[in-house]
Amino acid sequence: MSWIAKPRIAHPGLPKNALGLTRRDYEGGMSTLCAGCGHDSITAAIIEAFYGLNLPPHRIVKLSGIGCSGKTPTYFLSQAHGFNGVHGRMPAIATGAVGANRELTYVGISGDGDSLSIGLGQLAHAIRRNVDLLYVIENNGVYGLTKGQFSASADVGSKAKKGAENLQPPIDPVLLGLSLGATFVARSFSGDKEQLVPLLQAGVRHRGFALIDVVSPCVTFNDHEGSTKSYIYTREHLTEVTDADFVERMPEIRASYQPGEAIDVRLHDGGMLRLRKVAEGFDPTDRDRAYAYISEGLRDGEVLTGLLHVDESALEMHSVSGTVETPLVDLPFEDLCPGSDALDALQQGFR
Amino acid sequence: MKPTDVSDPQYYHKVVDCQWGCPAHTNVPQYIRLIAQGKYTEAYMLNRDSNVFPGILGRTCDRPCEPACRRTRLDGEPVAICRLKRVASDLRGDIEDLLPRIPTQKNGRRVACVGSGPASLTVANDLLPLGYEVTIFEKQDRPGGLMWSNIPQFRLPPAVLKEEIDYILDMGVDLRLNTPVSSMQALLDGEMGDWDAIFVGSGAPRGKNLEIEGRYDSERIHIGIDWLESVAFGHIDRIEDRVLVIGVGNTAMDCCRTAMRIGGTDVKVMARKSREHFKASPWELEDAEEEKVEVLENHSPTRFVIEDGELVGMDFELVDWHEGEDGRLRKEVKGNRIIPCDTVILAIGQETAFPWIERDIGIEFNEWDEPLVDKATFQCTREGVFFGGDAAWGPENIIWAVEHGHQAAISIHQYCQDLPIGDRPPYGMNLVSRKMGLHEWSYSNDYDEAQRQKMRHVQLEQRLQELTVEVEEGFDLQQTLNEVERCLNCDVQTHFTTNLCIECDACVDICPLNCLTIAPNGDEEELRGRLSAPAVNLAQDLYVSENLPQTARVMVKDEDLCIHCGLCAERCPTAAWDMRQYDLEIPYAGLEAGARHPDRVGVLAGSDR
Ligand SMILES: Cc1ncc(C[n+]2csc(CCOP(=O)(O)OP(=O)(O)O)c2C)c(N)n1
Ligand code: SF4
Ligand SMILES: [Mg+2]
Repeated sequence: MSWIAKPRIAHPGLPKNALGLTRRDYEGGMSTLCAGCGHDSITAAIIEAFYGLNLPPHRIVKLSGIGCSGKTPTYFLSQAHGFNGVHGRMPAIATGAVGANRELTYVGISGDGDSLSIGLGQLAHAIRRNVDLLYVIENNGVYGLTKGQFSASADVGSKAKKGAENLQPPIDPVLLGLSLGATFVARSFSGDKEQLVPLLQAGVRHRGFALIDVVSPCVTFNDHEGSTKSYIYTREHLTEVTDADFVERMPEIRASYQPGEAIDVRLHDGGMLRLRKVAEGFDPTDRDRAYAYISEGLRDGEVLTGLLHVDESALEMHSVSGTVETPLVDLPFEDLCPGSDALDALQQGFR
Repeated sequence: MKPTDVSDPQYYHKVVDCQWGCPAHTNVPQYIRLIAQGKYTEAYMLNRDSNVFPGILGRTCDRPCEPACRRTRLDGEPVAICRLKRVASDLRGDIEDLLPRIPTQKNGRRVACVGSGPASLTVANDLLPLGYEVTIFEKQDRPGGLMWSNIPQFRLPPAVLKEEIDYILDMGVDLRLNTPVSSMQALLDGEMGDWDAIFVGSGAPRGKNLEIEGRYDSERIHIGIDWLESVAFGHIDRIEDRVLVIGVGNTAMDCCRTAMRIGGTDVKVMARKSREHFKASPWELEDAEEEKVEVLENHSPTRFVIEDGELVGMDFELVDWHEGEDGRLRKEVKGNRIIPCDTVILAIGQETAFPWIERDIGIEFNEWDEPLVDKATFQCTREGVFFGGDAAWGPENIIWAVEHGHQAAISIHQYCQDLPIGDRPPYGMNLVSRKMGLHEWSYSNDYDEAQRQKMRHVQLEQRLQELTVEVEEGFDLQQTLNEVERCLNCDVQTHFTTNLCIECDACVDICPLNCLTIAPNGDEEELRGRLSAPAVNLAQDLYVSENLPQTARVMVKDEDLCIHCGLCAERCPTAAWDMRQYDLEIPYAGLEAGARHPDRVGVLAGSDR
């Protein structure tokens, strides 16, 4: 908690994006999280990502469940639409919102407790439906808001602040996503914006469900020795398997790479994702091999980061369901509610 | 880059732009804070420690601090530092008990000062508490030098001037009025007393002349500073209707405004160049124009027009200026114009003049007839003779004269103890955390969006009626309260402790001005290209930490636009960032940095930090 709000005065030399906005225009209210919380860094990365994507803040929808992570949408994009749902139920709300209006951009913020404990079933179905949504798990291994109990992502052997050891095996959101058919799966670290920002941008541009697991240390309850989600542990065990550059709708890419050094992924809207420095033996476009590579890494205690799987060919929810293009809010009332005669006719069809 | 050494007092000093810009290094943020707390006496005394004449300077200072003020870089207008100084002076209580006590037992050393302006008075102020006997020779019948004779009373009321001069005289100065020193040789030879050291603070008393046709054909052509002096001493109390003031510096402003008050009805200031080259302080120019003085630019005088022995006008070339290839301005004459007038006042500069210093007594002069004076010690080429104020290197302003006086006093004290005067006593610093609670600081850290407060002026008709009506009314309480909150507390430093940092980025993310960056180190130019926001002002330093514990990157802070809001420290989970109040400890004669006169009683200014 800070005593004062962040003053509005800004650096006079701040660059502007294509909409004439600065980063400051993508900020939200003052954070009430603990000083040093990883979630605040993710907030800053989200601000940077949306600023860089030149998206108008009022055309964005931010959703969350419950937890310290669930509070964070308040701290970015104060002009965006927002929905703070029940614990673990954000995916269902997001599914409804995306279904109703496909012209907005959606970002869901969740926690490891919110997504992997209470909300696991919800998450699974949002992945399965391939809802067009950027889904960020702010993963700190604990229930931060309720004072630091182990969550479903806590590693075996990881110690709580008072010394208790976690004995239950973790659910890894990346492996979960891969096994459920997620079409965009990435992992990053709140302390590495250089990696996180382009991943967030690519996730927004991906058509379908983009799952990003972000290790986000809880300074208050899970940043001590013996924790496997602390700043220092994460830094010591982090291995980047791909280094992504998000290239916004650029016909030509400037830097040139030797074959094998880089993999380009063309996004559906013409954007380009360039993966540099791909680790040897790793191929993010091959789901099965990616799964094997990552589970092996996990066994060795490695935190593998970067874009871990992407599949631009899969159909997202609207295409599968054949929903109407026009946002429901823009449909004429007669089309949206065709009247009892139309309902009768429909019901006749089921007889 | 190398890690920044913040244990060098000058690093944080430079962050405090106003203090750094002030020749006497007045602790501006702290005195503004004291004013905000209603501690006017303490604010006054804190000022007095470094600038000696807060009441005088609060009205007349050239204010080098204001263009330096960081606030200018944020909302375009500096904090009204000078006006706030006047508030402290106007509202202070009795300070006599807070002045240093003068020992009854003298130290046996005698110092002679030539001239009783701010430089000499400062020397006396610094040496008397140490037991020196100080004699000041003044050719006029009043002390104060140019502060008396050249600053009109509507800018500086005589009572204010007298009170601050008296504080020093009452310390026991042996003041010899109406006593010009006509021979340095005589002074050195003991004809006027025996001296251990001599300080020359006799100013730059010679107004520059304009040797053009007709110059000596009329009585009504005056040298500006001499004319102002005659007005100040009551020898002149009228001027003709139509007055031309030649020159556009601050003396010209004082001349034209004085003329408007003693009979001038049509007063014009004639400038050779165009407005952007004017030397006058913008606020003085503004005040003159408010008083209906007309300022004409690009008029270059060629002759005085005399008819039947009477001055009837002045002839000017109408010129345009073009910058030549060498960067110098060249004039193009477009025609000429005769401007009718009754009187002309020449205010085109002034210079030192030492007809009373013999040239064969070891005091060397350069080709322009200026004495050779050491920039650090203020000693001339003859041991034991020191110069300061305008007498040293030509016209400056009061605050520089004060600083010269402090430095010369240090030299004199060293000299009298047979210590090398080149060994200047070092500056010190004090750094104290302002942390009060988890996220609370004991200073007003929030950014206040108030705009600079406008000075209230006495109504035009009223002020032009009399020479003695002070034009500026000073800030009222509400203006003061608004203005103090504009100060950015640049003295409350963001102090970083590298080994506590866990590189969580919280400070980088929260900083409203994007001052902070965590990045791999590099050389300065390259590193400036990788900052969170572009470095716009290369004159401001980058702070660079040691290598950070987890990744060996460095914490970099561009000091340029920091508003000292303390949010970095509030968002820091480990208190690697802390807000610490910095106090520059300045050495004075006989007082090491941070020391005070032992017998000074009462509340000490700034002691509540
Ligand atoms: C239905 C329901 N059950 C339990 C809770 C109590 N609760 C609040 S936050 C939370 C855990 C949040 O953990 P996580 O999602 O990891 O978020 P973090 O605070 O760690 O960011 C729990 C169990 C609740 N608010 N609602
Ligand atoms: S409890 Fe943990 S997760 Fe919650 S705000 Fe504090 S540091 Fe962040
Ligand atoms: Mg959590």
